[in-house]
Amino acid sequence: MTAVEIAADVRAGRRSARDVLEQHLAAIDARESEIHAFNLVLADEARAAADAIDASDDKGPLAGVPIAIKDNMCTRGIPTTCSSRILEGWKPPYDATVVQRLHEAGGVIVGKTNLDEFAMGSSTENSAFGPTRNPHDPTRVPGGSSGGSSAAVAAGFAPVALGSETGGSVRQPASLCGVVGVKPTYGLVSRYGLVAFASSLDQIGPLGTDVRDCALLLEIVGGHDVLDSTSIPAAVPPLLDGLDDSVAGLGIGVIEEMTDRDGVEPAVRDAVRAAAAALEAAGAHVAPVSVPSSEYGISAYYLIAPAEASSNLARYDGVRYGLRVDGDDVAAMNARTRDAGFGDEVKRRIMLGTYALSAGYYDAYYGQAQRVRTLIIRDFERAYQQFDVLLAPTSPTVAFEIGAKTNDPWAMYLCDVCTVPVNLTGHAAISVPYGTGDFGLPVGVQVLAPPLGEPVMFRVARAIEERAPRAG
Amino acid sequence: MPERITRAEVEHVARLARLALREDEIESLTSQLGSILDHVAQVSALDTRDVPPTAHPLPLVNVLRPDVVRPTLPRDEVLAAAPDAEDGRFRVPRILGEAP
Repeated sequence: MTAVEIAADVRAGRRSARDVLEQHLAAIDARESEIHAFNLVLADEARAAADAIDASDDKGPLAGVPIAIKDNMCTRGIPTTCSSRILEGWKPPYDATVVQRLHEAGGVIVGKTNLDEFAMGSSTENSAFGPTRNPHDPTRVPGGSSGGSSAAVAAGFAPVALGSETGGSVRQPASLCGVVGVKPTYGLVSRYGLVAFASSLDQIGPLGTDVRDCALLLEIVGGHDVLDSTSIPAAVPPLLDGLDDSVAGLGIGVIEEMTDRDGVEPAVRDAVRAAAAALEAAGAHVAPVSVPSSEYGISAYYLIAPAEASSNLARYDGVRYGLRVDGDDVAAMNARTRDAGFGDEVKRRIMLGTYALSAGYYDAYYGQAQRVRTLIIRDFERAYQQFDVLLAPTSPTVAFEIGAKTNDPWAMYLCDVCTVPVNLTGHAAISVPYGTGDFGLPVGVQVLAPPLGEPVMFRVARAIEERAPRAG
Repeated sequence: MPERITRAEVEHVARLARLALREDEIESLTSQLGSILDHVAQVSALDTRDVPPTAHPLPLVNVLRPDVVRPTLPRDEVLAAAPDAEDGRFRVPRILGEAP
């Protein structure tokens, strides 16, 4: 059942929230030991929440919908680890704004999901608590960094989940797990209580089994929040209204640089072309479009994101929360705590970012990356003068085997090549499953939209979903 | 573009980043960072004269809240999450070279 159906049934009294929850907890019991989607399953808390909804007269728009939350969003009194030893056991003294909004809407949080440590990775293998496995083939990765949330939805542990994106960490795992994943316009969803990675890029986004559920979830968690000064001072535009409207007459550009680039599997390229053809048959105007500077997105991203991360992660110093490893003085305690608490990928990015910001290199690396970011924004703005939305692959490949890329950081970084440009521009994008590729594994197609273009983006995504071949 | 990163630079950056890296970590990071920097140096291929930098995708500036007193996090709860606290404050090892 979808979240929309569950909420309708619970509100109408056809089913109890508790019954819905028990069904999902049974699915978790049956397969979680194999998949490891969760760092923590909140069965007792979820049962109490479900019972409270059943007893309430005002059940809310998400009444009784089980939701999985990425473990980098703060939950009051409940451990929030970012899959890092440095935060193991830490219990936040407050809820993230998105968590509070889910509670108010009648959602039932079933657990905190696994991620690459501090959301740094594309496979959920960089977790201090072990990898998550892809429900379609447990020898393969679910993608990352929101791999736990994606796997939880794909395995039926929850109909919807929240993930977070800095360079594609919702869309890429959604693609690899055969679910829908959204990266909203920068600033549309409050980040109060989202543990910071790279603040000019980070954004929370929904995952679900279908486009409509993601639209529902985004309507609920999005909108202005006074507690986040980078939050857009506006409400979420209506997404469910008009979702099924025709796409006839819309202009849709297929991004040549992403679709035709080396490393994109033929089946992935074919899926993008087939989705474009299906939209054309539905009356949309489809044409190729060039976004030349997007080629430089991955290089600019792997300077900007580590630079911001090196600054944000300075707060893990063994003083205020989490791990402390003793030393003779504060500096030694800081350095020993950080070496013991952070995993290899996090250290790699802190080092890369600190280097890119250091005297003598700042302008050649970080400064140049920021100027390239401007060029990428200009190229996309030009494309949106011609087209309503753009199409591209989400991930160049289907899910790869666990361990396949762990010894080659750059090969892992290239997983994000089609997703990072949207994080750099601050625009919106969604990944929708479209059939299967190599080994019968799911393939995702990406719909990109200009800032606050979510209504048309969801409408096109829904049209693609309706026309997609059924995954095996 | 700058020269390839050296082992001495890795040790310097680790000090700036407050990371007490082990010998094997310094070794592997020197080669990995060199290889990653070779790739990201691609950004220098674009002509960016007269292009302003983008630090942030939103044109929001000077976001202020009303000057009204609001509750803050309870001090006891915050301190309870710290590795060490004393007298309502975070406790840390000595900072300067004074006698303990």
